[in-house]
Amino acid sequence: MTLTTNSLKTDPFHIKQSRPCRSPKVRDTEITLSHGSGGKAMRDLIEDIFVGSFANPALTPLEDQARFNLADLMQLGDRLAFTTDSYVIDPLFFPGGDIGSLAINGTVNDLAVSGATPLYLTCSVILEEGLPVETLRQVTHSMKNAAIAAGVQIVTGDTKVVQRGAADKLFINTAGIGVIRTNVSISASQLQPGDVVLVNGNLGDHGATILLARGELALSTTLQSDCQPLNGLINAVLEVCPQVRAMRDATRGGLATVLNEFATSSQVGIRIHEENLPIHPEVNGVCELLGLDPLYLANEGKLLIVVPRSHAKTVLNAMQNHPAGRESRILGEVVEAPTGTVLLKTTFGTERVVDMLVGDQLPRIC
Amino acid sequence: MKYVSEYRDPQKVDGVLQEIRQLGEALTAKKERPIKLMEICGGHTHAIFKYGLEDLLPPTIEMIHGPGCPVCIMPKGRLDDAIAIAENPNVIFTTFGDAMRVPGSKHSLLQAKAKGADIRMVYSPLDALQIAKVNCDRPVVFFAIGFETTAPSTALTVLQAAAEGIENFSLFCNHVLVVPALEALLSNPDLQLDGFIGPGHVSMVIGTEPYRVIAERYRKPLVVSGFEPLDLLQSIWMVLQQLVEQRCEVENQYARFVQSEGNPVGLDAMRQVFQVREAFEWRGLGDIPQSGLKMRPEYAQFDAEVKFTLPHRQVADHKACACGEILKGVKKPWECKVFGTGCTPEHPIGACMVSSEGACAAYYKYGRLSLESPAKKQPLRQELEMST
Repeated sequence: MTLTTNSLKTDPFHIKQSRPCRSPKVRDTEITLSHGSGGKAMRDLIEDIFVGSFANPALTPLEDQARFNLADLMQLGDRLAFTTDSYVIDPLFFPGGDIGSLAINGTVNDLAVSGATPLYLTCSVILEEGLPVETLRQVTHSMKNAAIAAGVQIVTGDTKVVQRGAADKLFINTAGIGVIRTNVSISASQLQPGDVVLVNGNLGDHGATILLARGELALSTTLQSDCQPLNGLINAVLEVCPQVRAMRDATRGGLATVLNEFATSSQVGIRIHEENLPIHPEVNGVCELLGLDPLYLANEGKLLIVVPRSHAKTVLNAMQNHPAGRESRILGEVVEAPTGTVLLKTTFGTERVVDMLVGDQLPRIC
Repeated sequence: MKYVSEYRDPQKVDGVLQEIRQLGEALTAKKERPIKLMEICGGHTHAIFKYGLEDLLPPTIEMIHGPGCPVCIMPKGRLDDAIAIAENPNVIFTTFGDAMRVPGSKHSLLQAKAKGADIRMVYSPLDALQIAKVNCDRPVVFFAIGFETTAPSTALTVLQAAAEGIENFSLFCNHVLVVPALEALLSNPDLQLDGFIGPGHVSMVIGTEPYRVIAERYRKPLVVSGFEPLDLLQSIWMVLQQLVEQRCEVENQYARFVQSEGNPVGLDAMRQVFQVREAFEWRGLGDIPQSGLKMRPEYAQFDAEVKFTLPHRQVADHKACACGEILKGVKKPWECKVFGTGCTPEHPIGACMVSSEGACAAYYKYGRLSLESPAKKQPLRQELEMST
């Protein structure tokens, strides 16, 4: 794959073409075991699909590691953040995203919620023999676009091919490095009574979309995954409030899991208000039908932030002025007791516990 | 979301509660205990906790959480049978999601799947039939559980399999019936109940007529209820109204979905495919006569109990477990010795902790705060005593 003039203009990596445009090196229509053998087929796959998509100065030399200039990193902050995550999802493509955009945004967000500027990502893929090469092209294309949108570079990676049946089509692991801004200290363990909890929009869109995209339920909705990078939104928040206490993207396990982790780590209580919960009516409908709770559904572009009460309004304004936070709102507050517990104040004025989930949510039978 | 948001209006809830309060006071003025109402259905138990309705009710009204969670009442022996079928080489075993975690005597379907059994989660028995069509060289078994709510769709699936001549499909039938279970409960002298909140989904199939025996023979009012907060509160109000007027009738609050004659198509399919068992074992409650369904002999080719050799062992409930008393409403979950300690949703010992619709699981999940200090209930009792 080659970069077009247009993509050169928008590509933050500013990679110049090293070779003239020519037909793809990989002519097979399916991945075979030879694409993981370490020989010429594998080299062609890497050069054509991965280097072709992700091209940047750190990746293109194809050394066994990416190398960075420390002095450049130190200008951005005083600590490194380092994370890894593996992505396995069925189906690979779904409304609002695919496994590729998920693998980039997930790792970008895991870095960003520490207050870090995400910089460099790795990309390891495990391919099932028989996977259409076109599928891999689409996924890497999506990864490239997601990386550009998030302002990060994919600088090294790994490719393995396993026999048919030993993996489900395509697994991706991304690891990432970012630099944490000086004077920013964000941790789940520093919530204080009186602090305020905010979220940047509707809950459960991703989880409900995936459930429906599997096609096992004869339901049709307009729902889309909320898969998006959050580092821009987090920048906006940290600019107006470097004193953010805690921040987490509410992925698997949803809002309930993150808030429970916050409450346990800080030994405080958290009270959220049902009337403030932003939930799309279609997500609510799916949950009613299947007996699921949207508070536990996965999100891929939702941020939970705890800030001192005195900063709540400023942070809310900053979030609502960012494209990824237009629907932001205050969910609730941190309370002294009961420690380690999340409470939901219902619209009827009653209170109930929002507990950690045991295993996955399983649809009820009636 | 029509028929949902209208039934969650806080102002209307307030209005109904005021009337419930007045009726409750009138009814307990000369009584030494609160009015005890049992919601039979696990879906109702779940809704009561999810919306915190128990805390809204005055101390004069006490809700007893009945045995209406089909997952919770499945005995260990039947689970062992299901797992034995699933572990047969070549079998594809299909099940609803919430049966996956229910423990048998050794392990659950989820654990059997991890050990290599081909167990697949489906959303309807028709999905299981579809799997059978695609895998025509392998036996496909559907784990049929549930009250009358799910039995018609199972029966219709069998009729379709018969019509299409699909030979590799069968059912492991564990459907149970709600009225015999209520009669078994009501025959227990320990039980102090003033009325019932009837199950909405079951009643969509069977209608309201089969509950007449509860009102006439056992002299208990019963109101078939929907699942939204206002549905439940209105149903409670309707039972109280009957008690004030000294009536014992079957009333239908869920008229927007429940017809008095039920669903004739569903009932007809059930009659064609199933017959009543002499007795069926309920977890925590033991054998209840005429409370379960099995396949009719003419559909034996679709009956997994005929096709497979099963252990058919009865496995006793754990000694420390008070599920039986809790399901009968004699004990509250926190009065069980192992509640929240040995028995948790992660490691359930008893039936009521197994599914999220079980009484213990609902208390554990939504109400642990009040359980850590069961004394929270105490002031209510004192208040009652003072008023008597």
